[in-house]
Amino acid sequence: MKKYIDSGKKDTRSGFGAGLTELGRTNPKVVALCADLIGSLKMQDFIDENPKRFFQTGIAEANMIGMAAGLTIGGKIPFAGTFANFATGRVYDQIRQSVAYSEKNVKIAASHAGLTLGEDGATHQILEDIGLMKMLPGMTVINPCDYNQTKAATMASAEIDGPVYLRFGRPKVANFTSENVEDFVIGKGIQLQEGTDVSIIATGHCVWEALIAAEKLSEQGISADVINIHTIKPLDEEIILKSVAKTGCVVTCEEHNYLGGLGESVARVLSLNNPTPQEYIATKDTFGESGTATELMAKYELDAPAIEKAAKAVIARK
Amino acid sequence: MADINQLKDFATQVRRDILRQVHAVNSGHPGGSLGCTEFLVALYQEIMNRKEGFDMDGIGEDVFYLSNGHISPVIYSVLARSGYFPVEELATFRKLGTRLQGHPSTHDGLPGIRIASGSLGQGLSVALGTAQAKKLNNDDNLVFTLHGDGELQEGQIWEAVMYAAANKVDNVIATVDYNGQQIDGSTEEVCSLGDLKAKFEAFDWDVVEVKEGNDLEAIIAGLNEAKSKTGKGKPVCILLHTMMGNGVDFMMHTHAWHGKAPSDEQLENALSQNPATLGDY
Repeated sequence: MKKYIDSGKKDTRSGFGAGLTELGRTNPKVVALCADLIGSLKMQDFIDENPKRFFQTGIAEANMIGMAAGLTIGGKIPFAGTFANFATGRVYDQIRQSVAYSEKNVKIAASHAGLTLGEDGATHQILEDIGLMKMLPGMTVINPCDYNQTKAATMASAEIDGPVYLRFGRPKVANFTSENVEDFVIGKGIQLQEGTDVSIIATGHCVWEALIAAEKLSEQGISADVINIHTIKPLDEEIILKSVAKTGCVVTCEEHNYLGGLGESVARVLSLNNPTPQEYIATKDTFGESGTATELMAKYELDAPAIEKAAKAVIARK
Repeated sequence: MADINQLKDFATQVRRDILRQVHAVNSGHPGGSLGCTEFLVALYQEIMNRKEGFDMDGIGEDVFYLSNGHISPVIYSVLARSGYFPVEELATFRKLGTRLQGHPSTHDGLPGIRIASGSLGQGLSVALGTAQAKKLNNDDNLVFTLHGDGELQEGQIWEAVMYAAANKVDNVIATVDYNGQQIDGSTEEVCSLGDLKAKFEAFDWDVVEVKEGNDLEAIIAGLNEAKSKTGKGKPVCILLHTMMGNGVDFMMHTHAWHGKAPSDEQLENALSQNPATLGDY
């Protein structure tokens, strides 16, 4: 088994901030917008270095998305940042018409996604955003798993021409992926462990949990193939089919409702190509609640022990 | 300035194009299109600084966004007759495979359209983004928009109105098609807009009121006055008092023709009131 080292816990939103700052230095077309959440989105360094390339819209997300679309008409590459709840559900029609249907080069930077937003509770814990965004034709959907990957994903987003939904989070989590931003390729999954008994396909904060679960399974003689899908759309179908051809069963893991998330995207690929038993680590069509990130990941069965249990259950269904 | 009679002839032909497009597919929105004909003719033929050809970025020229996308027949006619695409293409309006979708779209690459519209309330925000991009690009050209008055019931409009004043976006001219009508009746009955001039002024916009919004000379004067107010730290609004269905007697003084096509007989009657000037497509 490969060993992954946590180089020190960091929040993925800081990875976004670092990536944006780097883009500010290297790509003069990049501009940023924020709806009164500069500190939460870690945008201050970009603003300090590029004050004229930043637009504070106030608490007006619809206007922010429309302005981002308008900035592309003039050759800019806008990153529009707010909490994932307000970056998607609140402005769905603005994204649909002014960004996706109009094919605008807007990058939606969505922080505090999922349950791990924690104590603020269900009003802010969106668990439907991946589904909302992946259903829009032409939208790229990326949910990186740690600081390094979020920084790399931010920088890679500026390189592709078209709308991108970039989903990241609030808590400090293990930082273990490559520091080399060039190792990140949009649409290419990452093989984290090679195994033969079960495929564990994970995105976002669940990836580190999947690695812990794979270690526990290994101690019990179960060999898990672990794949990190950071790009939910377009989906790396090849890496999924290759893995399942070896293992014959799959557990998908995400901090999102099982309706509309990564699990359903994987299920579609499998049902069309290689029908396979699948278990879903995801929230079960429910809203969240207040609590710490760790407590919530445990209560809603999104953590390593839940993944370990699901892996055993799906192996039994082979 | 172009010869006013030539502009009048241009507008008459646009009215014919609107009526014939809508009649051919028995759908579309003639009322608001007819009401804004003179405005869009004045804008494209007299006011806007336009480059040859079309590119999406619109750098180095004025840019226009139609926020009330349902009046697509008028923008399609004005764009075609201003050289953006062949006039014959108006015959494809709303038909399967057309670039002239029911509501304007960039999806099929129609020259002259830079943003999809139809879901109301979004165009002013887009305009503010482009206006800010123009400032970053040191591009002195302007961004124009057109909105329905009923459209101002959308909350996003007021987010944008507040932003524009707070950030001194003074290179945008937003025009409100102030015809007092919407689908369910008059704006007064449906949800009163109150004193629009006072509202825009309270939000710290400069307001130009054009009382004769179907008179080409009055429109041109109003647009020139609005242009003279740009670059002075405030966004500019034109309240354009129009008559829905203007130029076709039975379509005026009612909201009935908001989204309804004329019958064969009604078309003949309407066209007889607007004899061909530039040749039908």
